[in-house]
Amino acid sequence: MISFSKFSQSKTPLHEAMVKHKLNRVVRFDVPGHKGGRGNRELNDFLGINCLKADVNSMKPLDNLCHPVSVIKEAQELASQAFGSDNAFFMVNGATSCVQAMIMSTCKAGEKIIMPRNVHRSAINTIVVNGAVPIYVNPGTDKHLGIPLGMSVAEVEKAIIENPDAKAILVNNPTYYGICSDLKSIVELAHKHGMLVLVDEAHGTHFYFGDDMPISAMEAGADMAGVSVHKTGGSLTQSAILLCNNSVNSGYVRQIINLTQTTSASYLLMSSLDIARKNLALNGKDIFKKTIQFAEYARKEINKLGGYYAFANELCNGDTVYDFDRTKLSIYTRDIGLAGIEVYDILRDDYDIQIEFGDLGNILAIISAGDTALEIERLISALYEIKRLYSKDKSGMFDHEYINPDVVMTPQKAFYSNKVSIPLDECNNKICGEFVMCYPPGIPILAPGERITDEIIRYIQYAKEKGCSLTGARDTDTNYLDVVVV
Amino acid sequence: MDLWFNERHSTDVNFSIKVKEQLVHEVSQFQDVDIFYSEEFGKILVLDGYLMLTEKDEYIYHEMITHIPMATNPNIKNVLVIGAGDGGTVRELTRYQSIEHIDMVEIDEAVVRLCKQYIPTTACSLDDKRVTIYYEDGLKFVRDADPNEYDLIIVDSTDPFGVGEGLFTKEFYGNCYKALTDDGILVNQHESTFYTEYANSMKKAHSKIKKLFSTALVYQAHIPTYPSGHWLFGFASKKYDPRTNYNPDWWNSLGIKTRYYNTILHTGCFAIPNNVRDELRE
Repeated sequence: MISFSKFSQSKTPLHEAMVKHKLNRVVRFDVPGHKGGRGNRELNDFLGINCLKADVNSMKPLDNLCHPVSVIKEAQELASQAFGSDNAFFMVNGATSCVQAMIMSTCKAGEKIIMPRNVHRSAINTIVVNGAVPIYVNPGTDKHLGIPLGMSVAEVEKAIIENPDAKAILVNNPTYYGICSDLKSIVELAHKHGMLVLVDEAHGTHFYFGDDMPISAMEAGADMAGVSVHKTGGSLTQSAILLCNNSVNSGYVRQIINLTQTTSASYLLMSSLDIARKNLALNGKDIFKKTIQFAEYARKEINKLGGYYAFANELCNGDTVYDFDRTKLSIYTRDIGLAGIEVYDILRDDYDIQIEFGDLGNILAIISAGDTALEIERLISALYEIKRLYSKDKSGMFDHEYINPDVVMTPQKAFYSNKVSIPLDECNNKICGEFVMCYPPGIPILAPGERITDEIIRYIQYAKEKGCSLTGARDTDTNYLDVVVV
Repeated sequence: MDLWFNERHSTDVNFSIKVKEQLVHEVSQFQDVDIFYSEEFGKILVLDGYLMLTEKDEYIYHEMITHIPMATNPNIKNVLVIGAGDGGTVRELTRYQSIEHIDMVEIDEAVVRLCKQYIPTTACSLDDKRVTIYYEDGLKFVRDADPNEYDLIIVDSTDPFGVGEGLFTKEFYGNCYKALTDDGILVNQHESTFYTEYANSMKKAHSKIKKLFSTALVYQAHIPTYPSGHWLFGFASKKYDPRTNYNPDWWNSLGIKTRYYNTILHTGCFAIPNNVRDELRE
């Protein structure tokens, strides 16, 4: 755990400057054109007047995210203090923008980056844009649960030895399901070979503030980490923080961020980061203690129902599951004869309960301190009812989730090649020219440059049949795929 | 002193009762509990600002939520009451010698304690030896209940805007169905149709119950201190239609003295006005 002065963490420099600015009643002859909500009554009524009054543009007293020199700079410094990094950047396009900045700051076109294949689409998207070459490490797979696991240290070492020229290693930690890799060993290994470690820590904000949490990226000595504060830290959707250590040049990172970042960064998002950081620093221990209590209670009760398996630390194997994030409520559903996506749909359509996602074998519910015991009980009771009313024979269910890709060309080369659109069932043996993924969790089934196999085609068809939302392809129904003309 | 209790029945409608004295105010783990005394209405129980009962008209609600199912099936032995911390529902049930066991599940211990202390009119039978009180979430309680455990489940809940929310859900009704015997009956507080906010809750609750039980009806009563004064109850059963399967002679032979319910009203209360029928059909 990081120690810091509670006194300074109780300040919110950007938020306080915005409050002061509002009290000054400055006449608005700048953007946004709604002018504090007066220009758009319906929006004002819907979002509330405070929200629209806080929707301002950069100006001298409120600093500028492209080049912070005052209140944003101070707010970012408090964030880096709270997270235990040398530098911190407020990001307004989610952890996606953090992943972009991390890869583009460390790898140029043609340079290698080692990453697990079950990365978020944002990582491979970035590679399509900047031309870095991915070296995939096969994540372990839990055959029973059908989920990809963390990175094995031995597999990482193998990739490092085979690719001594690689610039960086990207680790997604924790995974969506809550699985953590042995981050500390991976960092030591990478640094020994002169490689940087980038961590997609989108689901790990709480690692920095709660007690008894898996190790955070900064604590493990990683060079950069992207944290989706909006996911479990309480800021507004789309806001995130990029953490960097002095092993990467912060001025260069800022230049990279500015290549793609809006010049009109939202003050709603930025102030939400400032306020969330204060709350996490001051109250994080209590918040995540409560979160874990809720999650552990739900896991215990759900496992008592029978048929479901809410998994946690018992999966730990010292390697591909080095640790488990206990705030996650991941539940294996296939033993009641239902795909996770089916349970996900029933919960929403019949029980008015929206969970984070369902894949073929599992569902994931996000638990936070904002939950109530009564609502946790609703989820448990609804799962019990679903089992009572809908469970069926589990035979014939697809039991393969992770498909090891055959990478034929780099994602960038494939994406920008001449391509032709052909029906999905005729794609066997072709090279894919686009992405195909189930969303969420947004992990690509196919990335540009990968060989399409019958197994993958069957998997896509099965996922569609079960009601998964398939995204990424140019054909929105994913009946056709763009393949590379060779 | 000009002190008034005020409840907002809709954005544009207030309902006020002059208060002589505030007897107690307590912030429990779940809600604000207030008990007032009014010259006109006697003791008044208020939870989170919503009026739950007054001594002057509570009998209407408590008689109607109990005697309708009891007169339908004289063989009711095991009863589960959810909510009902004021004790009025249990008071009516304990008048039946035929009932062997009553489980009462109230989430908020403070409501029971304060009603016992301040409103003995309703809380007078909570110490009956057939009654077991559990202080826990009703939804969890029915989930943990054995199948075929109860002959009657009465859901005497608050409105679905606070702690009572879980008691208006499909998962709750489904778990009740499981916990009921094959001739089991579920009766619930069903809100009202007059004001939109209440009407939406009523419609959603009814459509959820209708999907589970072969008989799903609503019946009405006139309760002056509830929003619009026109209040509904839900009657659901796996077997009985209370309009035809009821036992007036048996019930009248018990000699239970009531102020609202009678065996003629038993069938009459299911004759609901067109506007309610239309809302239920939607």
